[in-house]
Amino acid sequence: MGIKIGEKSFFPRVEEGIKDEGMRKAVRSAQDRLRSMKLRATDELGHWEDWRLLGEQIRKHTVENLDYYLYQLSENIEKNGGHVFFAKTAKEAREYVQKVVQQKKATKAVKSKSMVTEEISLNNALNEIGCEVLETDLAEFILQTDDHDEPSHIVVPCLHKDREKIRQVFKEKLGYEGTSKPEEMAGFVREQLRHKFFEADIGITGCNFAVAESGSFAIVANEGNERLTTTLPKTLITVMGMERIVPTWEELDIVVSLLCRSAVGQKLTSYITLFTEPGGRSTGDGPEEFHLVIVDNGRSNMLGTEFQSTLHCIRCASCINVCPIYRHIGGHAYGSIYPGPIGAVLTPWLADYKEYKDLPYASSLCGACTEACPVKIPLHELLIKHRRKIVEDENLAPFPEKMAMMAFTVAAKSPKMFQYGSKLAPTLLFPFTNKQDHTIHEGPGPIKPWTEIRDLPAPAKETFHKWYQRQQEERTNGDL
Amino acid sequence: MAIYNREEFLSRIAEKLGREQKIESVNRPTWTTAPHLELYRDFSKDDLVNMFETQCDVIHTHFKQTSVAELPHLLRECFDELNAQKVVIAGDPRIEEYGLNRFFTKLTESDFYVHTWEADKGDENIEFAANADVGITFSDITLAESGTVVLLNDSGGKGRSVSLLPRTYIAIIPKSSFVPRMTQAMQQIHIRVNEGKLLPSCINLISGPSNSADIEMNLIVGVHGPVRATYIVVSDK
Repeated sequence: MGIKIGEKSFFPRVEEGIKDEGMRKAVRSAQDRLRSMKLRATDELGHWEDWRLLGEQIRKHTVENLDYYLYQLSENIEKNGGHVFFAKTAKEAREYVQKVVQQKKATKAVKSKSMVTEEISLNNALNEIGCEVLETDLAEFILQTDDHDEPSHIVVPCLHKDREKIRQVFKEKLGYEGTSKPEEMAGFVREQLRHKFFEADIGITGCNFAVAESGSFAIVANEGNERLTTTLPKTLITVMGMERIVPTWEELDIVVSLLCRSAVGQKLTSYITLFTEPGGRSTGDGPEEFHLVIVDNGRSNMLGTEFQSTLHCIRCASCINVCPIYRHIGGHAYGSIYPGPIGAVLTPWLADYKEYKDLPYASSLCGACTEACPVKIPLHELLIKHRRKIVEDENLAPFPEKMAMMAFTVAAKSPKMFQYGSKLAPTLLFPFTNKQDHTIHEGPGPIKPWTEIRDLPAPAKETFHKWYQRQQEERTNGDL
Repeated sequence: MAIYNREEFLSRIAEKLGREQKIESVNRPTWTTAPHLELYRDFSKDDLVNMFETQCDVIHTHFKQTSVAELPHLLRECFDELNAQKVVIAGDPRIEEYGLNRFFTKLTESDFYVHTWEADKGDENIEFAANADVGITFSDITLAESGTVVLLNDSGGKGRSVSLLPRTYIAIIPKSSFVPRMTQAMQQIHIRVNEGKLLPSCINLISGPSNSADIEMNLIVGVHGPVRATYIVVSDK
C-alpha cells in the first residue's frame, strides 16, 4: 500500500469525506468514546501532567541519543542470536525481507498489525515473490478481505465501516451466512484464521518499543494475534521505525503506561509481549530465527530540525481522537496511512512535500492535539511551522496566493498605497458582501476557497486610520 | 547472526544531529519527575489483592481465591464448570510444590487428558495445546493495578502456547507474587540486566482474555486467544 492511499488530491477527498454521513457518524461516536475512555483512565492514574512531562523527557533524551541506543540495541540483539538490518529506505527494507523469505522458501506469512510495514508496502513486495501475506488483526483482516481497503485510523483502522458493511464484505468474499452481530462475525474470523497460523512459515510484526539495554522488544496488543504470529511460525521478522526505542526497561514502563491509557483507555492492553531472545525455540515453541529490520525511510531528515519532536510520537492516536478536522473529514481524506494531526505533521516528511502540502492546513489550530499528546509534542505549532516552510522554503504556495501576497507586500510598504487600498477594498468587495450579516460568503480569487467554507467579515467602510483619527479628534474636542 | 548497514545508518543520524557519532556510554539523565514511584506505595499484599479483584471485573476475568490445600478442589470445580477434559499445564516446579502432581495424575485416571509441557516433546506440545480446553500456568509476577499476570517463559516447560492456544486460560497466582504495578516488574527485569543475568526469551504480560473493539467499538472477547480467563489467587504455603 505504501504511505499514500488513494489517487485523488486533497480537496476531492475532503469532499467525499464530508458527504459520507455513515463514516462521519462512526467517527464521531468512536472519537467520543475513545476520548472519554482516555480521560477516565488518566483521571484514575492521577498526576497526568507529571506523567506527560516524564514521557516527554524520556522521548527527547532517546531521540537526541538515537545513534547510541540503536548501536546498543543491535549489539545486544546480535549477542542474543538475532539478525539486524538497518534500512535507509523503504526499498532496502523490502528487499531484505524478500531475501529472507526467499532463503526460507516461504510461501505463507502471517502478519500482525504494524503501521511501518504498511508504510514500506511490505505486503505487495512479498506477494511479488509468491509469498501470500495474511493480515491477522481483526480490523486489518476486514480491510484486506474488502479488496485491500485503506485504513482510516492508526489504532482502529476500519473505523469507517459499520457492522452491516462488514457483514456484507464477509458474505461476498468469504461466504459468511451469519448475522451482523460483532461477536458472531468475530467468531467466524477466529475459525477462518486459526489454522492459518499453523500453516505459516513466517511471522511478521511491528514493534511498539525496543529496549536498548538488553536487545529486547515489546509488542502491545489486545487480540492475541501478535502472540500467535510470534509463537507458531519458525521464522520471525520484526520491522520497527528507528525512533521506537527506549534506553532501559524502566523507561519501557512509562511509555507503555502512556500508550495504553492514551490509545484505548486501558491500564494495560490484554497482551504485552516482550522478547529478548526470540530465536532458538528454547520453550518448545516460538521462532528458531529472528530478524529485526530498523527503518529510516525519511525519519532522519527530521533530526536536527525544528520538527525533531515529531519523532517522539508513540502512535497512540490520541491527537486524532480529539481533532475537529478529522471528525468532519475522516481518515481517508488525509490521503496517508497516518491521518489526523500527527499524520499532517509526519506525512510531508515521510512522503513528497509537494503532494502533501495541503495537510498542514487541515487544522483549526485549536491546540486540542497538543493538549492530548501524552509526550507533549507541540503538534499545532509544528503545523504552523510546516505552513511557513511550505510558503518560504519550498515555495509551494498557489500562484494566485503568491500574487496576492506580493501585491499586499507592495501596498503595505507604502503608507499611501495602503491607505488607498484600504479605502478601495469595501467598494471592490461590495458585490460579494452579504448585506444582512455583512460577511463575504463566496469571495473572488484567492479568498474563494476560504469564504466557501468560512465567514469572512467584509471590510468596514471606515478604515482603522480614519476611525482612530476621529476618536482622537473627538477626545480633543471633549466629546468623549 | 549479523548486523547489516549499521555504520552508514548511524553516522547519518549523528550527522543530522550535528555531532560526532556516539557509541560509548550515554548517561541516562535523572528525570525531574517520577509519579510512578509514588503509586500504591503503602499498599499491603491484601490491599493489592483487593485492587486486583476489582480490576478483574473490568477486564472480564473470573477471580477466585483459595488456599494451597483447597486448590485441587477449586481446579476440579473450574474444569467441571467448563466441561473441560483436555488440560495442558506448563512444566513448572511449582506444580509439585503446590501438591498438584497427585491431583493431575488422578485426573488422568478418569476421563481427563492432562499434558505437561516439556520443550523436548516438540510439536506434540503445540498440537495438544491447540485442542485443549484449558491451559494452566503459574504467575511469576502479578500486577495488581492492571490485573496482569507476568509469565517469564525462559526454557523447558514454560511454553508460550500454554496461555495462548487453549479455549480457557487459568493462571494460578501465588499471593507473594503481587506487586503494585508494571513499574516494579520492569525494575526487577532492569536489575537482572544490570547484573548481567540472562533474561527470559519471552515475557508475557496477560491482562484477561483476548479482546477486540474493531467492529463499531464493541468489545468482543476471544478473537484469537482464549475466550475466557480465570485467575486463582493462592495463599502461599
